[in-house]
Formats: sequence, C-alpha cells, structure tokens
Amino acid sequence: MASRPTSRPRSPHLFSGFLRLNYRWGPQMLVSILHRVTGDGMATVGTVLLVWWLAALAAGEAAYASFRDVFTTSTGSLNLLGWVIGVGLTLSLFQHMMSGIRHLVMDTGAAFELKTSKTFAVATMVVAIALTAAFWLYLGMK
Amino acid sequence: MGTGTSIGRVRGLGSAHQGTHHWWHQRLTAGANLFLMLWFMFSLARLSGFDYASVHSWLRSAWVAIPMLLLVVSIFYHFRLGLQVVIEDYAHHEGKVVLMVLLSLFTVATAAIAIFAILKVALGAAA
Repeated sequence: MASRPTSRPRSPHLFSGFLRLNYRWGPQMLVSILHRVTGDGMATVGTVLLVWWLAALAAGEAAYASFRDVFTTSTGSLNLLGWVIGVGLTLSLFQHMMSGIRHLVMDTGAAFELKTSKTFAVATMVVAIALTAAFWLYLGMK
Repeated sequence: MGTGTSIGRVRGLGSAHQGTHHWWHQRLTAGANLFLMLWFMFSLARLSGFDYASVHSWLRSAWVAIPMLLLVVSIFYHFRLGLQVVIEDYAHHEGKVVLMVLLSLFTVATAAIAIFAILKVALGAAA
C-alpha cells in the first residue's frame, strides 16, 4: 500500500513514527512493559547465571573460584559487572514479584479503578526499589 | 478425548485448543515462585559468606537442597510459559515454531544441569 497518504490516521499501535509513541507514558504502561522486560531478563541472564553458579558449585572449588572471579575483584568485593548484574537481577526480581502480585490481584477483577490502578502501579516500583535497597544494605552491613 | 458430547469436549477450549491451562499454570507457578524466591533471597542474605565452603555446606542441607529443587522446577516452568507468550506476540510463521523448539530445549537443558548440580552437591561428599 505504497500509495497510502501518510497523514491518514493509523490504527493505534505503539509507534506513530520513528521513536514517536502514540501514547503518553503512564505508570500502568511502564509497569506492564517492566513486567515483561524483567521477566525476560531473569529468564535469560538470570537462568544462565543461576545454572552456571550451581554447576560451578557442583564442579568443585576451582570452578567456583573462576565463577566468582568474573564478578569480584581480587579483594573479594564486587566489581563493576558484579554490581550491574547483582543490582539488575535483584531489582528485576522484586519488580517482577511486585507487578506479579498486582497481576494476581487484578486477575480477581479488583483494582481497576483509574486512581487505584495508577497508585498500585506506582507502588510496585516504589516497593521494588525499597526491597532492592534493603537487600543490598543488609548484605553490606553484615 | 473424553466420552462426552462433541460440544462438551471443546467447551472452554477456544480457538487455541488449549483452554485456560497455560494461564492457570502460570498463576499457580507465580504463587509458588513468590514463596520460593522470598525464601531464596532470605536464605542467601543470611549466608555467612559467599566463598566455596560456605555456599557448598549451605546447599548440602536438605532444608536448602529440596526448596532449591522445587524452585528450579517452578521457576523454569514459569519462565517457559512466559517466554512462550513473548514468542507468540512477536514471532510468526516458521520462525515461531523454531523459537518454540529452541525455548523448550533451553528450558529442559538448563533445568537438567541445575537439578543435577543440586543433587550432586546435596548427595555428594562434604567439601
């Protein structure tokens, strides 16, 4: 349909042009896509790391040491990659967990009122960040 | 197929011929994952250290190895269902079939390695 005039309105899809969204971002949209992104991130990066960690542990001390060396400095503290992966995965977990709880609540038909829905969406992100911070502060203070 | 009437056999299955099986299993595993991952994060945070000896003796306990096995089964089944939906949303035609097969291979292979590793540590000799 090359002859279609570009000015005609198109069916409401995500983009109306290069990086031009048809929608104004709202918390519900953001939480919805975050649920998918965090789920996909954990399912791919998280799975590979979990399996590598368990396999290295089963393979013995040398294999476990080479796993640790990828994410830590010679002093044993986390290096940049360790921090990015560590905080990224924990934040993903808590965000997915909170927006997952939101999904389970909404599955019952509850919390669809405009204001409640918006507050609930924002709350998942606030709680996820708080839990991530609490987790790492607890590890750091031990 | 059951012995019911033809309408009885397809009722609730819809055009995908699967009914609510996928949706329901995703919710069931979501509930299980909530408890298993909360346990996992608490248990990890309370570890005395992340060196080989500490983590190895942690995983040797039945109180850790059994929840870890349950976690792998529940989490891996859940992400298999979740990634299937992503593929269904973005891939079509032959590509979809190929990705679905690869997804199943990925899930089964990673789950097998994880379960074997847990059992090896739990049932093997002390470090």
